[in-house]
Amino acid sequence: MKLLVRLRPIVFIAGLLAAWEIAVERHPNYILPGPWAVVGGIADLLHHGFLFKYVVASLFRVTWGFCLAAIVGIPLGLMIGWHRRSEMALNPMVQVFRPISPLAWIPIAILWFGVGDAAAIFLIFLGCFFPLLLTGINAVRNVPAVYIHAGRNFGLSPAQLVYNVLYPAVVPQLLIGLRITLGVAWLVVVAAEMIAVDSGLGFLIVDARNAGNRYDLVLAGMVIIGIIGLLLDTAMRSLEKVKSFRWAYSEE
Amino acid sequence: MAVEQALSSQVATSTKLRVENLNMVFAHDGKSTPVLENINLEVSTGEFVCVVGPSGCGKSTLLNLMGGFLSPTSGAVRIDGEVVHGPDPRRIFVFQERGVFPWLTVAGNIAFGLFKLAPEESRERIAHYIKMVGLQEFEEAYPSELSGGMKQRVEVARALAVNPDTLYLDEPFGALDSITRHVMRAELLRIWQTERKTVVFVTHDIDEAVQLADRVVVMSARPAMIQEIVDIDISHPRDISSPRYLQLRDGILQQIGLAHKI
Repeated sequence: MKLLVRLRPIVFIAGLLAAWEIAVERHPNYILPGPWAVVGGIADLLHHGFLFKYVVASLFRVTWGFCLAAIVGIPLGLMIGWHRRSEMALNPMVQVFRPISPLAWIPIAILWFGVGDAAAIFLIFLGCFFPLLLTGINAVRNVPAVYIHAGRNFGLSPAQLVYNVLYPAVVPQLLIGLRITLGVAWLVVVAAEMIAVDSGLGFLIVDARNAGNRYDLVLAGMVIIGIIGLLLDTAMRSLEKVKSFRWAYSEE
Repeated sequence: MAVEQALSSQVATSTKLRVENLNMVFAHDGKSTPVLENINLEVSTGEFVCVVGPSGCGKSTLLNLMGGFLSPTSGAVRIDGEVVHGPDPRRIFVFQERGVFPWLTVAGNIAFGLFKLAPEESRERIAHYIKMVGLQEFEEAYPSELSGGMKQRVEVARALAVNPDTLYLDEPFGALDSITRHVMRAELLRIWQTERKTVVFVTHDIDEAVQLADRVVVMSARPAMIQEIVDIDISHPRDISSPRYLQLRDGILQQIGLAHKI
């Protein structure tokens, strides 16, 4: 019974793939490679060593951009959230910058950093910074006052209050914010690589089209992006299972 | 004769807490709302005082002032003669069970205030209070695995573990079902009788006040003033169908302006 439940998504995906293959074979006029061709494309990339190289290049940029944004954005957000007045002062500016797509910064990124890793990392940083800043602000604001009161009542120093009350109270919310933002980073890196660099999965997709309309490679790139995105999300989700974090998700 | 016994046992003791000419005005959006008006109250060491009043009258504000979480507009709260300026581990505030830290186990919660003790003494205290509130075998459980009543016990144990001389309880059993509430009242009385802390207990439940308190402070609607202080001259364990109990309860109901017929 349990096995059946586990098999269900696999059966569903297999069904979709079959439908895709059949549709492609019946309408050969449309230029869309079938699943077999895509598998061939992936094999091709593996064979030439591009797959590994490009995945590493993309992950490298995401790691840097995401981690820098987390290191700067979250502590800043926590501080802003803690001090009500600074929030009121900074909020309008944050709300102006936030809706600007990180992709709009591409020309400026190239102007400042040239074509290369730094420009892509900068774009990912921008894409992650504002969501993480807001995550930090909201996480602090949502800490129930009773926890802070209890901490002060038991005579905790300010440093102890931060470490023993504030930190554990905000971690679960930060994890959710980090998980969503990592997804954003993965979206941004592909777009950034299409323009600002000459390696990575995003570059692979544009390059495969420009250099000979290899649509099997375009789709191969998309599939790889999807699979890695899924793996990243699964990794972040597994953090939520840590026992002392789990309270926030299991509350009835 | 139960009455006489109770009266004779109420020997005058030292004053623990003194509220002097306390006024509290909240300023909000340029409007000022007086909440407490000229409150004067004395609580003796080891006394159990309940504060009752219509909801929103400011009884929680009074408790927060006593706890040092708020500063009064004028007047003062004194403990052992010293003016209260902030929260202090000698006076622990017990919230409804939502004050338990969900990221700590039962033992972790009770240990929370014990960071200044040697590990061994801390372990002894934790074991002692876990036993006192009857949570053996739940030491390593997280609050999300506990019922409301059990969480409330954790909070009481956490408060008692730091050996405070005063407990402030703000409608501690308000969110519990009526059966659990009865059990918890009996537990609290048992603990109070063994530990003899000074207790200030805010509730909107008049029965609860008459069952627990040595004295019941009845507050008026906002701006709250002390309307009357009722001595509950019945010894423990109290018979809640005795004529004296009903007389006292009905007296308080009338004070608040509620008819005792529904």
